[in-house]
Amino acid sequence: MTSHGLPRWADVGLLPLINILAAVIVSGVLIWVIGENPFEAMAVMFNGAFVYSGGFGYTLYYTTNFIFTGLAVAVAFHAAMFNIGGEGQAYIGGLGAGLAVLMADSFLPGFLLIPFAVAFAALFGAAWAFIPGYLQATRGSHIVITTIMFNFIAASVMVGLLSGPMMREGQGSPETRIFEPNGHMPYMHEMLGWIGIEVARSPLNLSLVIALAAAVLVWFIIWRTRFGYAARTFGHSPGAAEYAGINTTWLIIAVLALSGALAGMMASNAVLGEPHKIVVNFTSGYGFTGIAVALMGRNHPVGIILASLLFGALFQGGTELDFEFQTITRETVQVVQGLIILFSGALAYMFAPMLARILFMITPEREPA
Amino acid sequence: MRIRTILLSIAAFAMAFAAHAMDFKPAVVYDMGGKFDKSFNEGISNGVAKFAEETGVEVMEFEVTAEPQREQAMRRMAERGATIVLGVGFAQADAMNKVSAEFPDVKFAIIDVYWLDQPNLRQYSFKEHEGSYLVGIAAAMASQTGKVGFVGGMDIPLIRKFACGYVQGVMATNPDAEIFQNMTGSTPAAWNDPAKGAELTQSQIDRGADVVYHAAGGTGTGVIRAAADAGKLAIGVDSNQNHLAPGSVLTSMLKRVDVAAYNTFKDAMSGDFETGIKVLGLAEGGVDWALDDNNAPLINDAMKAAIDDAKAKIISGDIVVHNYESDNNCPS
Repeated sequence: MTSHGLPRWADVGLLPLINILAAVIVSGVLIWVIGENPFEAMAVMFNGAFVYSGGFGYTLYYTTNFIFTGLAVAVAFHAAMFNIGGEGQAYIGGLGAGLAVLMADSFLPGFLLIPFAVAFAALFGAAWAFIPGYLQATRGSHIVITTIMFNFIAASVMVGLLSGPMMREGQGSPETRIFEPNGHMPYMHEMLGWIGIEVARSPLNLSLVIALAAAVLVWFIIWRTRFGYAARTFGHSPGAAEYAGINTTWLIIAVLALSGALAGMMASNAVLGEPHKIVVNFTSGYGFTGIAVALMGRNHPVGIILASLLFGALFQGGTELDFEFQTITRETVQVVQGLIILFSGALAYMFAPMLARILFMITPEREPA
Repeated sequence: MRIRTILLSIAAFAMAFAAHAMDFKPAVVYDMGGKFDKSFNEGISNGVAKFAEETGVEVMEFEVTAEPQREQAMRRMAERGATIVLGVGFAQADAMNKVSAEFPDVKFAIIDVYWLDQPNLRQYSFKEHEGSYLVGIAAAMASQTGKVGFVGGMDIPLIRKFACGYVQGVMATNPDAEIFQNMTGSTPAAWNDPAKGAELTQSQIDRGADVVYHAAGGTGTGVIRAAADAGKLAIGVDSNQNHLAPGSVLTSMLKRVDVAAYNTFKDAMSGDFETGIKVLGLAEGGVDWALDDNNAPLINDAMKAAIDDAKAKIISGDIVVHNYESDNNCPS
């Protein structure tokens, strides 16, 4: 039993499904009001996200971003910390990855350069989260405030660099030069091509594998290490953790740095994977969506991967919706995405009491407590 | 026999033309600001709407929300049989470069880009510094305090180009003038933050400015409102914004992206599409200043004469306005 009076299977399985269904119904009504057929729109979205050639690749590309940022939020959440700075940490992570490649792509071969760049992304993301972590641990500055402030600082730093010293010569867009091919994360369609499997081209790249590995690693750290145990203890009761002799100052800093490293690694997909350059605002809100992903995935790596897939499909399916119907604009698509975030994030437990009552009624016999 | 040949060729020509017109599928990919940003993208959208209305041709449209969508959208348009794909803004340059190379039989055009090289691509660039110079003259002459302001959107070189042209125009008219410059922010949100725009304008007015020029997209509506509320003057940008607060908008710096969009589709439809770089300045009518019934009472004869004189001299080459983007520097 969980705190909401629901058995675990209903909390992690049934409730998210009901939430999505509610969002889909509201979205359907919205599309119907606009004057399009909601079922047709659903079919277009599904088709665009999973079926048409290349569409699934785009879905998985977005999924990769959400896995990284979702894991980042979840790790901090296990220690009862709300890291809403994923956006800025990912942005600065991109700076790390970009700097590594820009410095070394003239002489390092790809198999050395790529791990080097990913490590730099993680390092820069961790460093960016370290400062709010340090302030929280030693000065009590609340990380909800500091991390969101650091998003703005990151944005200003990046624009300053991208329209100043790092800007590519001879053009007007604030972005770096394009990386040499050895600084590109290998595309999935290329790698599958080498072993004889033909798939349509898409931005999907090796980062997905890194993201999945990171999910396994997060699971291991949180549930199988002393550090993870300390973090969860602190999350349940900071006082008890302190009493048990856990160094909470160090713990807060370490958890946030790990969280920042995960967010920073998003750059291996969104910088090394597709544009192959640092562009202004490449994070596009993935960091913030990570919060909804973590909430929906109940802070468990498996849940986060599934929630990321849903959000990836929504992103890509929404794009197709915009292509297919001239009456459905990107604002409509954003409303649909917003509804799903609303129902599965902010209102995640709205249906929980009702569901608990229904389950209670239909359960034939109960052992006396 | 001869007549028959002529008739046949006319018929063939007519059929080819009809087929051509029917198959003509234009597409436009708007950027992050969105189609209704009251500014740059909306200017394009107006040109596209005018074309669609006149010709009855349906235009495929898409608004991007994330970086990878730029390339995806262009490729999807080309795959769906678009004859011409128009990209909006410098941020789409790399995607345009890649996709236009992949589809050599499709025509492409892009606004605010001048540095690509593809045989099927037309690029439009505007001399915003020239238009900004003219409104700088107007600002310097209309100011009673000798202090004028500039509010930019996102702090990027293109916007500094507006600011730099403006500063040159002000200084050429009144070398003792004081100019306050503020950028709204460093994220794309800076294009659509009227509250911040109003705040920055108010702070410039508090420091003595009585004319404020904005190059800030949707943020500019806040600039104009704040100036109007304080009884000062604002200068609009991109489209003619004189009507937004009649009597409080001194003039507007026009950047005719709508004409560029309209001409792109029109030329592509008539089969008369030249590729290459088109740089539109005062001489080409690509930039200009706005004078209409809404601001006529604010522009006196001396002002109009000075602006028209400078305009003629810029066109003839007697005045050269420095372009910030040429060396990322503004001479003070």
